Amino acid sequence: MPIISISQLSKTYTSGFTALRGIDLAIEPGEIFALLGPNGAGKSTLINIVCGIVTPSSGTVLVDGHDIARDYRAARRTIGLVPQELTTDAFETVLNTVSFSRGLFGLRPDPGHIERILRALSLWDKRDSRLMTLSGGMKRRVLIAKALSHEPRVLFLDEPTAGVDVELRQDMWRLVRALRQQGVTVILTTHYIEEAEEMADRIGVIRRGEIILVEEKAALMRKLGRKQLTLHLQQPITAVPPELEDYGLALAGDGRELVYTYDTRAERTGITGLLTGLAASGIRFNDLHTEQSSLEDIFVGLVREDGARA
Amino acid sequence: MSSAMTMNWPAVRAIYRFEMGRFWRTAGQSILAPVISTTLYFVVFGAAIGSRVSAVDGVPYGLFIVPGLIMLSLLTQSISNASFGIYFPRFAGTIYEILSAPISPLEVVLGFVGAAASKSILIGLIILATSALFVPLRIDHPFWMIGFLLLTAVTFSLFGFVIGLWADGFEKLQLVPLLVVTPLTFLGGSFYAIGMLPPFWHAVSLLNPVVYLISGFRWAFFGKADVNIAISLGMTALCLVICLGLVTYIFRTGYRLKS
Repeated sequence: MPIISISQLSKTYTSGFTALRGIDLAIEPGEIFALLGPNGAGKSTLINIVCGIVTPSSGTVLVDGHDIARDYRAARRTIGLVPQELTTDAFETVLNTVSFSRGLFGLRPDPGHIERILRALSLWDKRDSRLMTLSGGMKRRVLIAKALSHEPRVLFLDEPTAGVDVELRQDMWRLVRALRQQGVTVILTTHYIEEAEEMADRIGVIRRGEIILVEEKAALMRKLGRKQLTLHLQQPITAVPPELEDYGLALAGDGRELVYTYDTRAERTGITGLLTGLAASGIRFNDLHTEQSSLEDIFVGLVREDGARA
Repeated sequence: MSSAMTMNWPAVRAIYRFEMGRFWRTAGQSILAPVISTTLYFVVFGAAIGSRVSAVDGVPYGLFIVPGLIMLSLLTQSISNASFGIYFPRFAGTIYEILSAPISPLEVVLGFVGAAASKSILIGLIILATSALFVPLRIDHPFWMIGFLLLTAVTFSLFGFVIGLWADGFEKLQLVPLLVVTPLTFLGGSFYAIGMLPPFWHAVSLLNPVVYLISGFRWAFFGKADVNIAISLGMTALCLVICLGLVTYIFRTGYRLKS
């Protein structure tokens, strides 16, 4: 059974703006799911509805089988949320604010658990510091600690690495991996597509309030990934020989490189024919390498393609 | 039993302790301010002016103003504590945590309003203790006194909670207490018995709900009231019901809380 089942979820704000249009989505237990989409696509609205902050206009959401409206307590107990904005109580101490969060979720105080979280996030030394004295990165850690204080089974990270330094970003991804090992389901939105590429098991792309794609990351890369073969020529050439025109080659590097784009899914990639043709034309090369499209290329391609259709 | 029916007491306790934490963090100011203002009122109204005012209904003027002084602070403190308590998380954005936690509206209200009422009752008791330094205190009906104290603190903390939800800026937060509640309290017989007013203004005063609160509270002290004690109690209870209704409506509709 999916840990989160979203069915025909729509949201139109009182301003008339429709943020979500009939979303259907199932998140499996224990997976890391990355939700990608341009600004204003509806990522935060979707997360905020699941977490109870925004009221949906229609549709249903089940969290671990519990309806977020009818059985909101059980649904919300399952979830930890790290919001996008750095919203903290300036005058509170780190320890107090994290303990407060645990209490809100109906759990008895557990100083041992809170200490483990604060140590894992390098916050233990700052436990008695007031939040207003912390840097932005430290505040982000506090928000994560708060979200983990009640031992959630699902963790939402809404743009968690926006504006944080490299060290913290790496710490955060280490933590996400550790959480996954403990069986926690992680749903994240990010602008750093390489992180989704590195971390996620599955990727969903949302655009204008609609999910336009949900795919296993590896399958997505395979399915949509194009490869490029670059040949480094011994002698520069000024034009692609006419007999090789069918391959759609591109000249690069001042005529010292030939770039061939091919589809890894095609029955015949054309590489053998191309190499034979090059030999026949007397073009020699001294090196070659291949490149696969990044997730970012795929994402940009998808959003553009969809935009062109819209 | 559905989990929605089980009270989340740890959450109520967490909100309550969090809110009380602010009171204790500024304990010097929280405690010293009412002591100083009470002392000033006694110096001005008790000694300077009070010495020229004859007893009211047989109660020396210095003693007569004690219930009014307590009510004055109780109303303003209840409103400001509760309105600030819920407005600040909305302003700072930390309200997301309350909204996404497994808490019912009733539990949110119990936590915030409970803390606001506790703070204002504490201040009320501090004023009472300070008054004892200036006048020989007399409380004819201590249980009723505590009852009115509790009822008024809870009612006006609820009212403050509503203001804190309605306000969309710090200016609005001050608007109702400043323009409505303080004038009503001063004109509600804090420093005089409304029976001392000419008939027209006496009649006008009866439209002021604060009159009934102060009158009932004063009756608990001296056994004498401007209006019948049952009517005072009924009006206080009516204020409570109206505020409860407003809070219930707000949570049902998600007004100013959820988009």
